[in-house]
Amino acid sequence: MNRVAVIDYGMGNLHSVSKALESLGSDVQVDITSDASRILSADRIVFPGVGAIRDCMAEILRLGIDHIVRDAVASGKPVLAICVGMQALMQSSDENGYVPCLGLLPGSVRRFGGSGTLLDTDGNRLKVPHMGWNNVRQTQAHPLWQGIDDNSRFYFVHSYFVEPTDKNQLAGETEYGHAFAAALSKDSLFAVQFHPEKSQHCGLQLLRNFLAWNGQCHQ
Amino acid sequence: MALAKRIIPCLDCDKGRVVKGVKFLDIRDAGDPVEIARRYSDAGADEITFLDITASHEGRETTVKTVEAIASQVFIPLTVGGGIRTLEDIRTMLNAGADKVSINTAAVTNPEFVRQAAEKFGSQCIVVAVDAKKVSAEGEPDRWEIFTHGGRKPTGLDAIEWAKRMVSYGAGEILLTSMDRDGTKIGFDLALNRAISDAVDVPVIASGGVGNLQHLVDGVLEGGADAVLAASIFHFGEYSIPEAKQYMADRGITMRL
Repeated sequence: MNRVAVIDYGMGNLHSVSKALESLGSDVQVDITSDASRILSADRIVFPGVGAIRDCMAEILRLGIDHIVRDAVASGKPVLAICVGMQALMQSSDENGYVPCLGLLPGSVRRFGGSGTLLDTDGNRLKVPHMGWNNVRQTQAHPLWQGIDDNSRFYFVHSYFVEPTDKNQLAGETEYGHAFAAALSKDSLFAVQFHPEKSQHCGLQLLRNFLAWNGQCHQ
Repeated sequence: MALAKRIIPCLDCDKGRVVKGVKFLDIRDAGDPVEIARRYSDAGADEITFLDITASHEGRETTVKTVEAIASQVFIPLTVGGGIRTLEDIRTMLNAGADKVSINTAAVTNPEFVRQAAEKFGSQCIVVAVDAKKVSAEGEPDRWEIFTHGGRKPTGLDAIEWAKRMVSYGAGEILLTSMDRDGTKIGFDLALNRAISDAVDVPVIASGGVGNLQHLVDGVLEGGADAVLAASIFHFGEYSIPEAKQYMADRGITMRL
């Protein structure tokens, strides 16, 4: 069996990511849980997240998920963080005023357009949230990009974006008014701002790659 | 290299069955929302909207099961609308696998509900459905009002002010339907769409009146829509999703092809 723990801290729709993973093989066993021993004994771990960061971080700390995620990352097991899960890995977020986050990756989370209006290169106003299918430029080779064409479209829905300090951790970049981090990679950790579970073929391919990944960055 | 405009087919369902009918040539069960959703997803639909028109409470149980079934097999975003009145309704639909819920009448009867919903679940999953009808007379400046009950009941609310208010309460997207155009096949109310799209920062989905592919193009280029929603032109096989996307792309609109 290929056992995947999806970390449950009460924030949003875990059904979709579980079903998407289960659709990829009869040997895939998904466990939606907040239990440390079950998470840490799985073969690989998904750290999802939707909603506002303040509420997410409050639940993460209340349930001790912060320690679990730290231990999971330290264990060298493959970890995939999705959307607000990715944002929670950074040092802090500007959402809800200012929210300290887990600090597992260096960098911060900012709002599109700051407090003003987001414009494209031609000066046209862009809507926030960034919602829909956008291109992801693969900025480094990675096992999770295997079989996915460069600049493929993935589904995004977010108003805040990750600004990494260490550009070497950038794995994918997307343009929305400016370039922002669509994917980050560090050792056995891969984090995506888009929703692979909602990105049809490309998203399922990324999840398939994750299920086969040994946690090493280079093949 | 830019965000694509979206095409969203809409399934109207009653007690778990698609109503109005779907006429695909080779479909086994024209009323099965799961099969239809899968077909649209395979054809390249960018999202699916599932509109529940079930009146009875028992029927709603079926709806939840249908949403679960769609979300287990279709891996593109799914919005569920119709009868969303409480935070519990939203939680039920999100747990069943919906990515967004569309709030309609409940937003008008209790605007604070939208605020609570956005605070609780995040703006990204709260769509407010704005049903508007033109109320200005010929020769007067355009004015649209919010109507409920399928366009029968006026509320006195100005559509533009209402949309702005809903966004300030936390709506992450506006599903804008022209009740004058709905079902007419003569195209979107482009002036209405442009007015709302310019007034709010969040994406606007244009709906109501699509009869051909040029209407979709006009909705984006003239109406400023971020997404276009249509039912009958796709259900009855008049046009396919790939055809619609290619047509729009050929006219300079960024699409996911």
